[in-house]
Amino acid sequence: MYFVVAGAGEVGFHLSQALLEAGHEVTVIEADRRRANFVQEKLGSIVMNAPADEGRAQMEAGCSRADALIAVTGDDAKNLVICQLAKIRCRTPRVIARVNNPKNEIVFKTLGIDETISSTRVLMNVIEQELPSGGFMPLMSLAGSANELIEAEIAIGTPPAGKTVSSLRLPSGAMVGGIIRKGKLMHADDETKLEIGDRIMVFSPTASESEVRKALFG
Amino acid sequence: MNVVIVGCGRVGGFLAGLLDSEGHRVSVVDIASTSPARAERAWFQHLPSSFKGETILGDGTDLEILRQAGIERADALLALTEGDNRNLMCAQIAHKIFGVKQVIAKVNDPVRAQTYREMGINTFSRTTILGTLLHAMLQEDREVGEVLMRKALAHEAEMVHEPVKAR
Repeated sequence: MYFVVAGAGEVGFHLSQALLEAGHEVTVIEADRRRANFVQEKLGSIVMNAPADEGRAQMEAGCSRADALIAVTGDDAKNLVICQLAKIRCRTPRVIARVNNPKNEIVFKTLGIDETISSTRVLMNVIEQELPSGGFMPLMSLAGSANELIEAEIAIGTPPAGKTVSSLRLPSGAMVGGIIRKGKLMHADDETKLEIGDRIMVFSPTASESEVRKALFG
Repeated sequence: MNVVIVGCGRVGGFLAGLLDSEGHRVSVVDIASTSPARAERAWFQHLPSSFKGETILGDGTDLEILRQAGIERADALLALTEGDNRNLMCAQIAHKIFGVKQVIAKVNDPVRAQTYREMGINTFSRTTILGTLLHAMLQEDREVGEVLMRKALAHEAEMVHEPVKAR
């Protein structure tokens, strides 16, 4: 596959290297000449020294034949515009934006950039999975919509313990997809009673995440 | 009219002063500089001392800051920071998330200005506006050029007498 990586900072550099090692074709666009030279020395002549947020640079980098563009600069507004320009002007079929401020994930989705990666959120998920209580984990965002899948553990003293699914005060648009009880996946309907230790799977609009948290933990 | 102006540089400060003096409700957002050398009062130094509107220190692409600036009841938003990308992000937030009717973004790169205009975001490029005005003055549309220049000079005369406000 052919990838265009916009921004050759730490993330862009290592991402390009990993993509090359996996056998893909890569062009990385970097505006800073010294950084571009440095990356060229390490990775070979796959670097273009140009501003990735300008249409001409994207054309030259071959965004119109690329399978995907990944914008990984440290500036959220720049990543948004890079992705939008590639999508509109070059019709790049897949654009992925790095989001530095996790609050911007929902903003990007509203503005038409569905695929975002927030390093803050990834780290938080890893940390939360390591915590003994299990707690509340947004597992993944669902491609093509502003929804996500959340996993949460029903703990002692929380509002849902011993209650039915229908009594959960979930925000509108959110639904329970299933329950993992003692390692087994179970179907959940309105009458299913939640037990302590159950792990509940909730599909929810990303914007309502905090309301889901409130419904499950009070 | 309720107006939110994001970016209080020379253009933002000038326009905020003008609208404020005409009796409009104006709030101005400018980002907190990370450089400690810049004194706080410098952030809104381009506003005239008579300015009666709100000043909000913060990131104009942050929904919370925009709410503080009253975007939910704004009739117009102007994105006039130094960054094309920030202006485009801010303008799209105002247009698509808050439904502000009139949104204008300053975009210095003519290619980006054109692309987003086709997407329904009102953009203008300083390059083409200033270039067109100068061209009109020199070439075919002398009258248009003169009318605009006379207007600009009158506004300038009004604004330059205002001393810089210490904040």
